Amino acid sequence: MSTLALDQVSRWFGNVVAVNGITMTIGPGVTGLLGPNGAGKSTLIHLMGGFLPPSAGTVTLDGRPVWQNESIYRVIGLVPEREAMYDFLTGFELVVANAELHGLPEPGAAARRALATVEMTEAADRAVATYSKGMKQRVKMATAVVHDPAVLLLDEPFNGMDPRQRMHLMTLIDDMGREGRTVLFSSHILEEVEQIAGRIEVVVAGRHAASGDFHEIRRLMTDRPHLYLLRSSDDRALAAVLMAEGACDGVRLDPAGGGVHAQAADFTRFARLVPSLARRDGVRLYEVTPADESLESVFSYLVGS
Amino acid sequence: MNSTVIRLTARGLLGRRRAALLLLLPAVLLLLAVVIRLLAGPDQHLTRILLGSFALGTLVPLLGLITGTGVLGPEIDDGSIVYLLAKPISRPAIVRSKLLVALLAVTAFGALPTLLAGLIMSGGAGSLAIGYGVGALVGGAAYCALFLSLSVVTRHAVVVGLLYALIWESVLGGYVPGAQKLSIQQWALSITRGLAGPAVKSAVALPVGGTLLVVLFAGATWYAGRRLRTLVLTSDE
Repeated sequence: MSTLALDQVSRWFGNVVAVNGITMTIGPGVTGLLGPNGAGKSTLIHLMGGFLPPSAGTVTLDGRPVWQNESIYRVIGLVPEREAMYDFLTGFELVVANAELHGLPEPGAAARRALATVEMTEAADRAVATYSKGMKQRVKMATAVVHDPAVLLLDEPFNGMDPRQRMHLMTLIDDMGREGRTVLFSSHILEEVEQIAGRIEVVVAGRHAASGDFHEIRRLMTDRPHLYLLRSSDDRALAAVLMAEGACDGVRLDPAGGGVHAQAADFTRFARLVPSLARRDGVRLYEVTPADESLESVFSYLVGS
Repeated sequence: MNSTVIRLTARGLLGRRRAALLLLLPAVLLLLAVVIRLLAGPDQHLTRILLGSFALGTLVPLLGLITGTGVLGPEIDDGSIVYLLAKPISRPAIVRSKLLVALLAVTAFGALPTLLAGLIMSGGAGSLAIGYGVGALVGGAAYCALFLSLSVVTRHAVVVGLLYALIWESVLGGYVPGAQKLSIQQWALSITRGLAGPAVKSAVALPVGGTLLVVLFAGATWYAGRRLRTLVLTSDE
């Protein structure tokens, strides 16, 4: 059982602040590090993995600083986001080399176990250079688990995987969490995190936006005021009835006649009332589009609240 | 030292396209040596000219550059160094292992062909061939250590190394006597002169050249290990 702790960690590159005053503790189980692209997730993983010194604050693994401490890699397994590996090796040779570098007593056997875990046994004798993106992800995973680490840091591990491989890796990560390992993986895709992470840490623009149980944060995300664009046969009448019946909190007619912009705090009520009110008043709905469903806007809302 | 790092480095170095240069340059040296021997017969003067200007002046610095930057630089550039750094191995041990591969390559493709070319041209006059061979070996070792540490410091190690070898040692060294004092080539020649006799010219005395070579080799190796400990890996984010 190992715990990674970040205390008031900041990291800046010149004038750019990549990580800003983040305090978080990553304990046993699966934790999802969620945030839009460019939010600072990879920088955080580099900080946790000891590849980047914090500009301020401390990063420790079970109380020991991770920066300039090679001994932490006995307990940490890492899947980097970058794809470059020793492409001239076969998958098996690569994993064996990693096992040897960890000083394992039986590197060949450990490599075979790790490759079997990620279902790469069949392709193990091919050169890494010939692998698809998903296969590279899996062999990276095998190099990370070959020494049976207590902590796994996975930077965007699902990138490039097809749905079947994705499901398999999810199961694998889930199993590792259940075994009591501390598993942290980053992702910018909500659905990935939703399926396996018990806890999530949300990072937006280098700041810690939310932390805790996934479902609570998901509810916060769902309950925020949603913006919609509605197009209909009679926008003015539709706007009036939506306000009169309390389906939403505000409406604005598009000045160019391009529809009604509606803001609704209660998503469920809005979704239920719009079609029934339109039908009752004889307004024909052409289009109902959420205007702010991008992950960035969801995250921005979380930061603001 | 770490045998896995040595193995990975050797395969990486010899597997890359620029490894062809490792073979090409000594092949040219040996070809020239054979041609000169056939045309001019055994000639000490010509041997000193070819080995001084081509072997120690061109072949060894270029080999040092290719191997010194090639054993570590590409891994830092493409990020695959993370697979070595995320291991419980001391950074200086990684540097020493990589340096050993560079040294073996410089010995095989630089020092031995120089010795061989010397033997071919001088007609078996051992001291001249051995002098240049040892000069190529110690000079090559110094270049390797210098360029390896450069590759940890900057991503433009090849350019900086070329500037040093071409501009500083070849051009400036030819016109400015002071520049020759800070030239690995001249330090190596001082060793050659010590072994092969005073007909070999060098800008520094043997004790000075020898000391500077040792200091540079040890200092650059130590510094590369230290810099690798604090190497910052960033993402594309």
